[in-house]
Amino acid sequence: MTVDDPAHNISQSIPRLEGRQKVTGRAEYVHHLRLPGMLYGKIFRSTVPHGRILSVDVSEAAAVPGVFRVVTIDDIREVLPDPYYGPAFHDQPVLADGKVRFAGEPVAVVLAKDPRVAAQAVALITAEYDELPSVDNEVEAMTSDIHVHDELKPAASFPDLNHLKGQSGTNVALGYKLRHGDVEAGFAAADHIFEHTLTTQPVMHTPMEPFVSVADVRDDHMTLHTASQGPSFVRIEIARLLGWPENRVRVKVPFLGGGFGGKLYIKLEALVTALSLLVRQPVKIALSMEEQFFMVTRHPCTFNIKSGVTKDGKIIARACEVIWNGGAYADIGPRVTQKAGFTAAGPYDIDNVSIDSYAVYTNRPPAGALRGFGAPQIAWAYECHTDMIAREMGIDQVDFRRKNLLRNGRPQASGTLIRDAALDAVLDRAAERLGWSLPFDPGGGRIKRGRGLAVAIKGITAPTTSVAIVNLYGDGSCGLYIGTVDMGQGSDTVMAQIAAEVLNLDASKIRVMHTDTDVTPYDMGTLGSRSTFHMGTAVRLAAEEARDKIEALRVELDEPAGSNIPLSELLRRKYGMQAGNIIGTGSFIPEYEKPDPDTGQSRAATPFWGVGAAGAEVEVDTETGQFEVTRLISVVDVGTAINPKLVEAQISGAAIMQLGFTTTEEMLFQDGQLLNGSLADYKIPNMLDVPRDFRNEFVESRQQDGPFGAKGAGEISTMALSPAVGNAVADAIGTYLLDMPITPEAVYRALHPADGDA
Amino acid sequence: MSGPRDITFTLNGRPAAATVKPGETLVDVLTNQFDLTGARESCAQGLCGCCTVLVDGDAVSGCLYMAWFADGAEINTIEGLADGNTLHPIQEAFLEAGAFQCGFCTPGFILMTKKLLEAHPDPDDDVIRHFLVGNLCRCAAYPEIVAAVKLAARRLRDAG
Repeated sequence: MTVDDPAHNISQSIPRLEGRQKVTGRAEYVHHLRLPGMLYGKIFRSTVPHGRILSVDVSEAAAVPGVFRVVTIDDIREVLPDPYYGPAFHDQPVLADGKVRFAGEPVAVVLAKDPRVAAQAVALITAEYDELPSVDNEVEAMTSDIHVHDELKPAASFPDLNHLKGQSGTNVALGYKLRHGDVEAGFAAADHIFEHTLTTQPVMHTPMEPFVSVADVRDDHMTLHTASQGPSFVRIEIARLLGWPENRVRVKVPFLGGGFGGKLYIKLEALVTALSLLVRQPVKIALSMEEQFFMVTRHPCTFNIKSGVTKDGKIIARACEVIWNGGAYADIGPRVTQKAGFTAAGPYDIDNVSIDSYAVYTNRPPAGALRGFGAPQIAWAYECHTDMIAREMGIDQVDFRRKNLLRNGRPQASGTLIRDAALDAVLDRAAERLGWSLPFDPGGGRIKRGRGLAVAIKGITAPTTSVAIVNLYGDGSCGLYIGTVDMGQGSDTVMAQIAAEVLNLDASKIRVMHTDTDVTPYDMGTLGSRSTFHMGTAVRLAAEEARDKIEALRVELDEPAGSNIPLSELLRRKYGMQAGNIIGTGSFIPEYEKPDPDTGQSRAATPFWGVGAAGAEVEVDTETGQFEVTRLISVVDVGTAINPKLVEAQISGAAIMQLGFTTTEEMLFQDGQLLNGSLADYKIPNMLDVPRDFRNEFVESRQQDGPFGAKGAGEISTMALSPAVGNAVADAIGTYLLDMPITPEAVYRALHPADGDA
Repeated sequence: MSGPRDITFTLNGRPAAATVKPGETLVDVLTNQFDLTGARESCAQGLCGCCTVLVDGDAVSGCLYMAWFADGAEINTIEGLADGNTLHPIQEAFLEAGAFQCGFCTPGFILMTKKLLEAHPDPDDDVIRHFLVGNLCRCAAYPEIVAAVKLAARRLRDAG
């Protein structure tokens, strides 16, 4: 360490620390892991969406040469008496238990040394079901007498769900409420009332590295190697399932081949743990791309939104009812319901707001977090709705938004103050980049052109904790021990930059340890755009403690203040050789006040605000419905960009992903069966889908209490994008589409309603 | 069906031999017998390009390419691209342009870029986008990849 070289690590686009490993193909993923004696598991899945299991015949499969064992829930119970897991509800069995609740649910596993043998044997398993009627749609599920679960089983870790324990006769896993002002009085005082119902479709993360976990259970401890975004949660939940203390469960995570919220909480970890416990050998399960669609999806939702507006264009009341299709198991759906519900009225200063947001069970694959915790789905509704109001009232859409936008210092509907939220700046920049104030060519004849924009806000999952350790070794080099998982977002690099800035080091020389819960301290999870703010603060605190200890050592060794003697020399003098450590720890939990259960009111509901705007231009072929997004602009507020190039990559990558969710991606179901679960039939964006004019920017901003002014970036550009595209299409064709995705077929149908169904 | 079969081939410039079972793919053999993990099975349908391998100079989907067919062939993978510790100019360009996030699809993109630049030493955006359309990146580092390809093209042309 040299202290005479001032570090310049913040707002620098230093290259990714791990870049070389990635371009040489040598980066480590669980995908490749093989352990001595390891068995591969292949999953036999339910063919019906809802039914009682009458029998599972594994005899033929078990007789296949090379098959080690075939496992059903009866076998699992030998080692795990209560084999149910989940972050919010303990509702998901390790393998189907008496009932199946969605088509594609794991029912049995074949274990073999050779994964091909296991796969062949799976094809020989048969099961008989007493089929039950199923419920697919979230609105129907609210009142249906078909119930996905006989009773609700909330996890103790979510105290706010305790009152649901043992409830039966319902599919509603959680009802979130927010009340601000008097919404009915607001509607009564309004000059205009607008009401719309909008929907979003089920989509899937499709990380290029499909879900994969390896468990190695020994007599007194176990190791899980897993492609997980939340290793600390995995350890806690697996320890709970096993009835073991946390220190006997080790969770190791190398790089992830993409996560996007899918690889959170428990996915394959409980299953491989149970299997390894049963057979006392390491067990690996690696899903195929097709199987991923049965693991977790993004919640579709139906959103009924109603606004009361004065004749001069002030929104004075807004009522929101959002129903989330959570699928057969709750996963983190209840949190999505709350966290997205909380900002369902949008980034507007509205005196009277009511929000009701419901997590609902259906007979579909489970839904969980996907790059925005529900924020993109609700923004689709409130920003199309807002645009429709402005258009109908003859007010410029940007002016209408500016008039109603929340400003710093004002309370959001929850009562939490807006602060460090550059809503005006992102909206203004998006409008400027679109040339909003300039004349626009609407096209003519067959090809019509349109433009649209949107602005959105999200709260951040709270309260959550991050802990970091900075360890300076005898030669002055530095190791950083954190639980943040680098799944491509560049967290290793950004965290190293923060530590380096405090310690006056070169960030590229810091080694960031990959998560190993035996070594790295607790972190709630790499999710919800929280890492830069939460872990970044913990890293800053840890580095500051280390810096203070170095100063103390200097004093102890009678070095004058400000002396530039390197740490390695200080340690050598203290210990008489190259030895010793300087260890700093940092722990961070932001201020939080639990929202009132009846009104959702809280003075501190979110540690910071995620803020983004988008603008789009489209060209529509009015004869065929084909359209092209010709221009796409995303503008976000990330506070200080610790690494501008990595931030831009997050804005850009999230925008392209969301463009897929907007225009091409939809999991199609018929009679509870998924029709298009493969990349052949489910179209994710490729290089040709990137709009020709594609811009990604962040505005000048500062999060006062963030590390060096920074806040999160990973999801922010997903929020406003879909409504910006939808509003542009509406501008071109004169009709708003209310249901995602926006496909040529949907556009055609809107343009030619008389054609009806073919 | 017949049983396992012995094949010989050249792997990253060195002679190699393997015993392969019917149905085993090139990616299986590279991963399991040679510990080369740069080619990765992802979609298993030849649609994503994560498993790209060069066989006699042609880019193939290693997840669909039967290992048997490699008998007598010249196989090149991402692991053979760098010259010792010196990265290939395409790898350097991907690093400099920040043309990846999670890195899972990156070896496939780099090998496909090698093919692209052999055919089109000075590609424009259109050529790049069409040539690489069969490689998928869910992190969507596409704009950065286009920049990396152009950077690599310039470096390779300058190097003559």
